Amino acid sequence: MKGVLTIFKKELIRFLSDRRLMVGILIPGIVIYIMYSFAGTALSDLAGVDEDYVPTIQVVNLSESIGSIFESTELEIENIESDEIETAKSEITEKNLDLLIVFPENFDESFMAYFTEAEFTAPNIEIYYNSASTESQSAYMTVTALLDAYESQIANVFDINNSENTYDMATETDSIAMVLAMILPLMLMTMLYSGCSAVVPESIAGEKERGTFATMLVTPIKRRDIAIGKLLALAIIAMISAASSTLGTILSLPKMMGEVYDDMNMNIYSVQDYLMLAVVMVSTVLLLVGIVSLISAFAKTTKEAQSYSTPVMMIVMVLGLSGMLESTASQNLTAYLIPLYNSVQCMLGIFSFETFPSGVAVTVATNGVLTILCVFILARMFNSEKVIFSR
Amino acid sequence: MTEILIADNISKTFKLSAKQRKLEHTDTRVRVAVDNLSFTAYKGEIFGLLGPNGAGKTTTLRILATLIKPDSGDVNINGTSVLKDPELARKEIGFLTSELKLEEFFTPNYLFNFFSDLHQVPQDVREERKKYLFEKFGIDKFAEVKVANLSTGMKQKISLAISIVHDPDIIIFDEPTNGLDVLTAKVVTDFILELKEQGKSIIVSSHIFSLIEKICDRVGIIVDGKMMMCDTLEKVMDGKSLEDRFFEIYEEGQGDEK
Repeated sequence: MKGVLTIFKKELIRFLSDRRLMVGILIPGIVIYIMYSFAGTALSDLAGVDEDYVPTIQVVNLSESIGSIFESTELEIENIESDEIETAKSEITEKNLDLLIVFPENFDESFMAYFTEAEFTAPNIEIYYNSASTESQSAYMTVTALLDAYESQIANVFDINNSENTYDMATETDSIAMVLAMILPLMLMTMLYSGCSAVVPESIAGEKERGTFATMLVTPIKRRDIAIGKLLALAIIAMISAASSTLGTILSLPKMMGEVYDDMNMNIYSVQDYLMLAVVMVSTVLLLVGIVSLISAFAKTTKEAQSYSTPVMMIVMVLGLSGMLESTASQNLTAYLIPLYNSVQCMLGIFSFETFPSGVAVTVATNGVLTILCVFILARMFNSEKVIFSR
Repeated sequence: MTEILIADNISKTFKLSAKQRKLEHTDTRVRVAVDNLSFTAYKGEIFGLLGPNGAGKTTTLRILATLIKPDSGDVNINGTSVLKDPELARKEIGFLTSELKLEEFFTPNYLFNFFSDLHQVPQDVREERKKYLFEKFGIDKFAEVKVANLSTGMKQKISLAISIVHDPDIIIFDEPTNGLDVLTAKVVTDFILELKEQGKSIIVSSHIFSLIEKICDRVGIIVDGKMMMCDTLEKVMDGKSLEDRFFEIYEEGQGDEK
């Protein structure tokens, strides 16, 4: 046990006191925060128009009825003659004008014919706009909505959900849980794995490559102790890395999701849920470190280890995606015997309020057994001259 | 004379990769690195393994240090078989080779403590030994400087100090002066002699005649993985220079093969 502690301490000191390695561990979180915040702000800037902005609108043959509707809004309308249409169109193309609305002559009379004449052709209102201008696009939407509303008001036969009542019977908590259960398993699994692949190859393949590993092997320490010591320390460092990425994502969520986020509240989960999640995550990270350790021990160089671990990353992501496709966690215990898939299922259960405790127990046990197996194989590999001295 | 290390008919072969076979224009799939090699080192003496590059010296020393296992044969270190109880055997020896590196991120002080812990050296003994060895090699001034920032000579001295943190009775040096400047090489050879005076048993491999001639009590000449001759330095030299004798023995060996 003393040997395990010695290796464990050395690994932690190695990573935590090396500024360059720490930057490598923490930088994904910072990059995620900056990128997501930037993307979020850019997106909302792109979609939104300044609240105080008054669009410039020109109208030909403004009908009386619609003119009164426009008056009740804050839209400013300028009437022009039909010979000015072409000029107005080019003004829109050049983004100097937001909208041109052309009514057919005698619009009011012609649509009233709907109620009196058998053969009726609906009059057409033409609205010219510029989809490349946010302001023009926004004005187009506003005016179209106004006109649509007016049209249905004239020929109203029935309404749907036209009152202040709440018709969506899902609780707010349920909706949030559904969104989180969709996104979080993929995100957490990917981040845990990136955390592992950021630190494990450096510690195992790197030490082999630099010849520092064999120096340890000529001391009386047991190979098993080296494997356990490294695995535990690397799991902690991988968790720090994953925590940094997760924190980066959570902090950038308000900017990323805009108004949707204002309704979200992470307090919907209980302490028990979080504890269960922590247990699942710790057992998952230990197994992931074990898997990447085996890959790194097999690889001759750090680079080789990193390229070998990329396909595993794909598998982890696909498993994470499976959580997105299934809305509820499996109730079949056998599913929890499949490594990594079981972690996704557990997270899915926890986030969607359908925690399956026996599933979590089977997952933790499966991951535990597999991690011990990894330690055993790793110790055997450390004992193999082919692995240690392969060039 | 007490026998302290017995290599008993050890053999080691390596598989040749297809690329290697092509390079060497050969169809043989295995290379014999060590071929039924036997020798005995006695307590308190310096035993030298002399041979050209590729003769199997490093492989032999790696087997002694338990880093690799022989295909056949065994090595007995102070009564312990390297095959049956490698961990106990490792406690008995100190192994220094340029291939085993120190993590350059750490300071000599940290590394000395780390390896002392791996060897389970009690803290008070560790501090005492650290003071003695660091002062002896002038490491004390650089104790808190990262190994990466130190000169090659200083790194070699630190490796030397660290290889014997646990004060082993048997110390194995693979090409101890290779790549060192004359001053550092002298520090190392003087230290090997000093260890002998302390009653330690030392095994040194080298292809440098002068080094073997200067420090060894007994010498084994290895060519192509085989022990060609193993005796006291005096008897091996037979009144000639070690260099002349080596080539005589080498040519005799080549003649036998023809």
